[in-house]
Amino acid sequence: MQSVNIIGAGLAGLSTAITLAEQNVSCRLISLQPSERAQSVLAEGGINASLNTMGEEDTTEYHFQDTMKGGVYLADPNAVDALTKGAPQILQWLEGLGVPFHKKNGVIMLRNFGGQKKKRTAYAKSSTGKILMTALIDEARKFESAGLIRRFPHHEFLRLLMNEGICAGVRVRDRYTGQIWDFSGKVLLCSGGMNGIFPHMTTGTTQNSGDVTATVFSQGALLGNLEMLQYHPTTIGISGKRCLVTEAARGEGGRLYIMRDNQKWYFMEEKYPELGNLMPRDVVAREMYFVRRKYGGSVYLDMTGLSKETWEQKLSDLRDEIIQYLAIDPKTEPIPVKEGIHYFMGGIDTDEFHCTNIPNLYASGECTCQYHGANRLGGNSMLGALFGGRKSAQTILQDVQDVSSDFPTESLVRENEPYTEEASPILIESISQILLEGLGIVRNAEQLTQSLKKLKSLSQERSYNLREQNRLKLAEAMLLSALERRESRGAHYREDFPEKDESFRKVTIACRKEEQISITFRNLPERRSSCKSP
Amino acid sequence: MQITLKILRRESPDTSPYWQSIPFQTEDENATVATALTNINSGNGLTDTEGNAVRLPIQWECSCLQKKCGACAMVVNGCPVLACNAQLKQFGKSSTITVEPLRKFPVVSDLVTDRSIIFENLKTLRLWFAQQAQTDGDIAYESSRCLQCGCCLEVCPNFYAGGEFFGMAGFVPISRILTALPESQKQELCQAYRKRLYEGCGKSLACRNVCPAGIDIDKLLINSNAVAVWKRFFRKR
Repeated sequence: MQSVNIIGAGLAGLSTAITLAEQNVSCRLISLQPSERAQSVLAEGGINASLNTMGEEDTTEYHFQDTMKGGVYLADPNAVDALTKGAPQILQWLEGLGVPFHKKNGVIMLRNFGGQKKKRTAYAKSSTGKILMTALIDEARKFESAGLIRRFPHHEFLRLLMNEGICAGVRVRDRYTGQIWDFSGKVLLCSGGMNGIFPHMTTGTTQNSGDVTATVFSQGALLGNLEMLQYHPTTIGISGKRCLVTEAARGEGGRLYIMRDNQKWYFMEEKYPELGNLMPRDVVAREMYFVRRKYGGSVYLDMTGLSKETWEQKLSDLRDEIIQYLAIDPKTEPIPVKEGIHYFMGGIDTDEFHCTNIPNLYASGECTCQYHGANRLGGNSMLGALFGGRKSAQTILQDVQDVSSDFPTESLVRENEPYTEEASPILIESISQILLEGLGIVRNAEQLTQSLKKLKSLSQERSYNLREQNRLKLAEAMLLSALERRESRGAHYREDFPEKDESFRKVTIACRKEEQISITFRNLPERRSSCKSP
Repeated sequence: MQITLKILRRESPDTSPYWQSIPFQTEDENATVATALTNINSGNGLTDTEGNAVRLPIQWECSCLQKKCGACAMVVNGCPVLACNAQLKQFGKSSTITVEPLRKFPVVSDLVTDRSIIFENLKTLRLWFAQQAQTDGDIAYESSRCLQCGCCLEVCPNFYAGGEFFGMAGFVPISRILTALPESQKQELCQAYRKRLYEGCGKSLACRNVCPAGIDIDKLLINSNAVAVWKRFFRKR
């Protein structure tokens, strides 16, 4: 009899847990904090699906093409095919869970988002993540009450339990009591992005520390495309972090400009007449970096042309937020914006079925790397988490030999188990600084080598605990991945290799064996002909 | 800005609480109580205003740091707030700010409290859809914004953990479900609404002023009362 242990209770974790429970299979939902505190509640602008409700003749094939192109063809085409074909069903499911999407005459309305020519993004003002999460949390509660989902809401992942190269369970610690538990069964990681590696510079939560990824890396899990960090073009600095200004601001008509010769220059519109301000995020962020380097000053987001109706019905929450944090009313005055670290396209390497290289270990959501390639399109993150959650649950259901609605004899309590403290804030800050120097919007070999040297010297400065060592190794793997990809693609822009090189249309794979990290490249599969549209 | 954080500390539920005053200096004029706690925890060899060593870290929970997740709810200068939304400058440039854990929930350590009763109560209310449902847009949106932070319960004169009355943290989320259920399925939830929410509320509405998400509580109450209380009353007549 087997049980499933899900690490993380955001959109991906909830989606998996609910899908398993629908099939009468039990799972443990293990998270540092309750679902209400997950990073998913911060997602704003919406979720993509080619519902074709706006009279633009949208199709799943267009969604596929945009996602592949936006990710500069580094995503798994079969995974993206399933994702984009499954998107309308995901929306239907969400609607049935009572998600109040913005509608007109009972039909879901869609908005423009970056890198997509068609209106394809369903939304609930600019709080879509929070609104989706509430519906999923309520749905999960139904199965909690039925005993199929068992929550462990203040428990941290310590490590995988391995048995001859196979994942046999997970060791967790109750943060309230200090007790350490071993849970047997399959393990699905839904632990989110590695935002905590960049405190102050990320729009996400530092609770997504990257420690889960760093730990499984030390235990033999392969990581993919670690160099692919998404800088969101429009963020504002607030105390302790970057605060996202949703892409919906531009989707609804917001424009970016910089002052050039005392005049507003709407550089995106001039350089990219077709999509303008709605080019994929990697392009916008890079252009902002370049115009700022050349002309100085700030880039501004001008939303003064948005209609009263848009502000009231679609973006009222965004306006309140900007007024609170900047004391500027975006309805009447442009706001200064800057790029901030927002999303990790790279992470735990899985196949299109969400299997990792370790048997019985699966991963979905932002901690993985199959859907978004070198750059994620806005509106695809929540879709990736929800669809990926359902997909990984289906894979697990196929793999489970003796499916059960009961829990196996509950876990062993380990008394006096040594516990490794969290990484020191000073070390976290030092690693972040080193990484930011090497992994900026524009990179080159010299900077990356320099960062690796600094990281090495930091590693030798004193003795570190296990978590700290793992974090240092993860940082090293990120820098090495960026150094080895000697081309420019999506979010990875190398000044010394400014062109795309087709021989690098491969997944960067980082592998750790003890203290050694090796970087190789894995070929991407071809899109199966059965997946192609007629 | 030079302030002193006077924090009610407690190593574990088995130990006695004590006050500790810790000086904090910052140039960040938008710094919040969350910023202060983060920075203090990043320090080394810190001493309090009486020269005693400060046991680090000061335990507290946080996540989003932009008042969207409710993790960092605590009592600052007597009021329940989210630490990430409590700007220091509002208390004056050189002042002492008291910081305590929420008092309605058992303390785990320092500023961390165990708020699991909030989620248990939602389970008791059976807050979910048994079948597919279409919600009312405005009500469902407003209701879905609840952070489940517990600030409303902190100021409620009628709520206590483990009691019959579930407070505004139940009132708000129930409205998404209540207003969307077909008439034939409403009875059980309406009953729960009256027993666990409506009847225990003393209508002080202190909760209305402290909700960090600024939820339009009046709108939700009016709607849910109409569904679960008044319609029944009118039907009887």
